[in-house]
Amino acid sequence: MTANLPLITRDTSHTISLLVANKPGVLLRISLIFSRRGFNIESLVVSPTLDGRFSRMTITAQGNPAILDQIIKQASKLVDVVHATEHRDQTAVQKELALIKVKITPENTSEVLQVVQHFKALTVDITAHSVIIQATGSTEKLDAMMEFLATYGIIELVRTGKIVMARGKEKT
Amino acid sequence: MTKKTLTGAESLIRCLEQKGVDIIFGYPGGAAIPIFDALVDSKIKLVLVRHEQGATHIADGYARATGKPGVVLVTSGPGATNTVTGIITANMDSVPMIVLCGQTITASLGKDAFQEADVFGITAPIVKHSYLVKDANDIPRIVEEAFHICNTGRPGPVLIDLPKDITGGPSTASTGNIEMDIPGYSFPTTGNKKDIQKLASFLKHSKRPLLLVGHGAEIAGASAEVKKLAETLNAPVVNTLIGKGTFPENHPLSLGMLGMHGTAYANKALARCDLIFSIGSRWDDRITPGKIERFCPDAIKLHIDIDPAEINKIVVPDASVVGDAKLVLQDLLPMIEKLNTKDWIKEVDQYKRKFPLTYKKTGGLKAQHVIDELYKLTKGDAIVTTDVGQHQMWAAQFFKTHKPRTWLSSGGAGTMGFGFPAAIGAQFGQPKETVIAIVGDGGFQMTAFELSTAAIHKLPLKIVVIDNKYLGMVRQWQQLFYDDRLSGVDLEGNPDFVKLAEAYGVKGFRIKRAADVRKVLAKALAYSDGPCLIHAEVIKEDNVFPMIPAGGTADEMIIDPPKIKLEKPKGST
Ligand SMILES: Cc1cc2nc3c(=O)[nH]c(=O)nc-3n(C[C@H](O)[C@H](O)[C@H](O)COP(=O)(O)OP(=O)(O)OC[C@H]3O[C@@H](n4cnc5c(N)ncnc54)[C@H](O)[C@@H]3O)c2cc1C
Ligand SMILES: Cc1ncc(C[n+]2csc(CCOP(=O)(O)OP(=O)(O)O)c2C)c(N)n1
Ligand SMILES: [Mg+2]
Repeated sequence: MTANLPLITRDTSHTISLLVANKPGVLLRISLIFSRRGFNIESLVVSPTLDGRFSRMTITAQGNPAILDQIIKQASKLVDVVHATEHRDQTAVQKELALIKVKITPENTSEVLQVVQHFKALTVDITAHSVIIQATGSTEKLDAMMEFLATYGIIELVRTGKIVMARGKEKT
Repeated sequence: MTKKTLTGAESLIRCLEQKGVDIIFGYPGGAAIPIFDALVDSKIKLVLVRHEQGATHIADGYARATGKPGVVLVTSGPGATNTVTGIITANMDSVPMIVLCGQTITASLGKDAFQEADVFGITAPIVKHSYLVKDANDIPRIVEEAFHICNTGRPGPVLIDLPKDITGGPSTASTGNIEMDIPGYSFPTTGNKKDIQKLASFLKHSKRPLLLVGHGAEIAGASAEVKKLAETLNAPVVNTLIGKGTFPENHPLSLGMLGMHGTAYANKALARCDLIFSIGSRWDDRITPGKIERFCPDAIKLHIDIDPAEINKIVVPDASVVGDAKLVLQDLLPMIEKLNTKDWIKEVDQYKRKFPLTYKKTGGLKAQHVIDELYKLTKGDAIVTTDVGQHQMWAAQFFKTHKPRTWLSSGGAGTMGFGFPAAIGAQFGQPKETVIAIVGDGGFQMTAFELSTAAIHKLPLKIVVIDNKYLGMVRQWQQLFYDDRLSGVDLEGNPDFVKLAEAYGVKGFRIKRAADVRKVLAKALAYSDGPCLIHAEVIKEDNVFPMIPAGGTADEMIIDPPKIKLEKPKGST
């Protein structure tokens, strides 16, 4: 009687955290669940956990929430997945790290360093023509910083992709 | 456990024996020789097939007919890739199966070694789970896990890739007291009590309830519970194509199959019900419209499924329970009461009388006539397998299924070539039952070589080839939706199927005239000296009705052949 349609809304960005058994093929199986539904994975972080039998995967992807619901359910069903959850900003701490190589000139070096300071970032390498900045924080913060730095010329960029941890008593 | 050190292959076979495996369907090759060698000393019966696809469908038929996993053993490379169609067929229809593949030695993996195929990667999207064995000592655990996974929760195929140095080398792991290591695997059993109460509350107020029984109810073994539910509520029952048999189709409350080629009365009831209750059916697009909001818009929807991912996938139900259909129904039954459905039953009985399934016995030999007569002669007491196409739909309509696990048809994948080998598997699994394969001239030719397998083992199954000299189902679509522009559907060059059978030492019968149907079928059914084939040369151009054009709703059902050209179906195949 109620609405029959799985909520069809526009694409939104999602962060999914998975606890998986440390077995070969698990990454293949998870990525197949995304690719079969035409979902593009934006970032993927695989890292060890306290328990060596398991790994943590943090995936961010853009897409339709109803399809994402299927993706999480299908991933949860995989034999090698212990659990899969979506995390929202309010319920989890979300961070990433970026290394950004920016062009500098003698004239603008201090200006660039001011930007670095403003975003509480670090300079981890500096030459006459470029500086490598290490920044951590939310995706939004890093995006904003990048926008600033783009005016000076970004030579190279490496971002780790987002990692998340549930707040308080919640399990990630 | 034992003094003598086992090889990996011996350990594997010992574990299979311990899991109760008594038959394996296989085809050998270099990478699998150690396993075939270990079978020499085993009491497990090895059935040599003629093509690996045949092995998978045979194992599938065995599994559907018995509920036990079917076991397939093949070699690496092309042997393994030949199982892909059989694996997806089993996966789509939730059939338990174990596929054992030989593989090149571990040191050669990834080096384009002879007959190396990344079968783990190739099959990853179509298995429930899979393994590449890297240590012979893992074999007992992996076999234990594979059997557990393939036939619990929502069943499915599990593949084990076995490098030759692993099966040929020593395995010292104990084959007793095996511990599994699958912390990520669990499956629902009983449902949540509150959810079940919610279901029950919706069932109190319905005036026109309809039960939709799917294959999940058969897997759960929920026949008795479904019957009790239907009779307590006094609610009519429809079933999916592969849900046939869990609720007897000859029961007065049964309306038979619903959907694209379902009975008119099942679809009329679907269009009119005020509540539809799916028990182990996944609302497939052969029964739901492309625009899902048009599916029974005013009816309450209830859903029981063991797979949480099926809830809300297609239909967002008003109430749902995740759990095993049998266990959930057992908890639900004490909560429900008889409904006053007198008027509703009267209404659906009228549909039954007004829109019966019919065919004419004049104007040439009809497939429906052959199938109808088969049903009458066997009184429905047979295991029927089908291939895919028009004959499959006519079989679904005219061969009413009375008991669970007696209707074996490829639904989700719709795999041509399934029907005949599935019958072989069913007959191996149920040697005392009458097994009938109803196949088309097209599909039969995709796996007909298994005639040898059936003949060697003197399986008394009946192969009914419905020969319309066309890929009939596709021809029907081209005629109805593509201005009768036939393209690639003429099966010119068909063999004489009786002679083909005889070439394999299989008894052949022929039916050309409507007048002979009963006589010839009776003879074939009485024949017991091994398999026999009945070549039914039916009229070439007949179509399956009723029909709901793909993507349409039950209201858009066409009951009689249309006089006008139909619009091409949109949004669904
Ligand atoms: C040419 C052609 C035409 C077709 N036309 C029709 C048609 O007209 N009508 C029709 O109905 N079908 C038709 N089909 C078949 C259709 O494609 C689907 O295969 C079928 O509808 C699926 O039926 P199902 O949902 O009952 O079974 P499945 O696809 O096997 O789904 C079973 C469901 O039960 C669940 N389940 C498993 N075990 C349990 C358990 N223990 N307890 C609870 N739930 C469980 C599973 O999770 C799954 O969701 C056609 C197929 C072909 C090839
Ligand atoms: C392997 C495979 N290839 C193609 C199809 C598409 N297909 C569905 S039904 C059909 C025609 C089947 O013809 P036949 O076996 O003669 O049965 P009929 O419809 O004539 O009864 C085809 C080609 C399929 N289902 N499976
Ligand atoms: Mg045909």
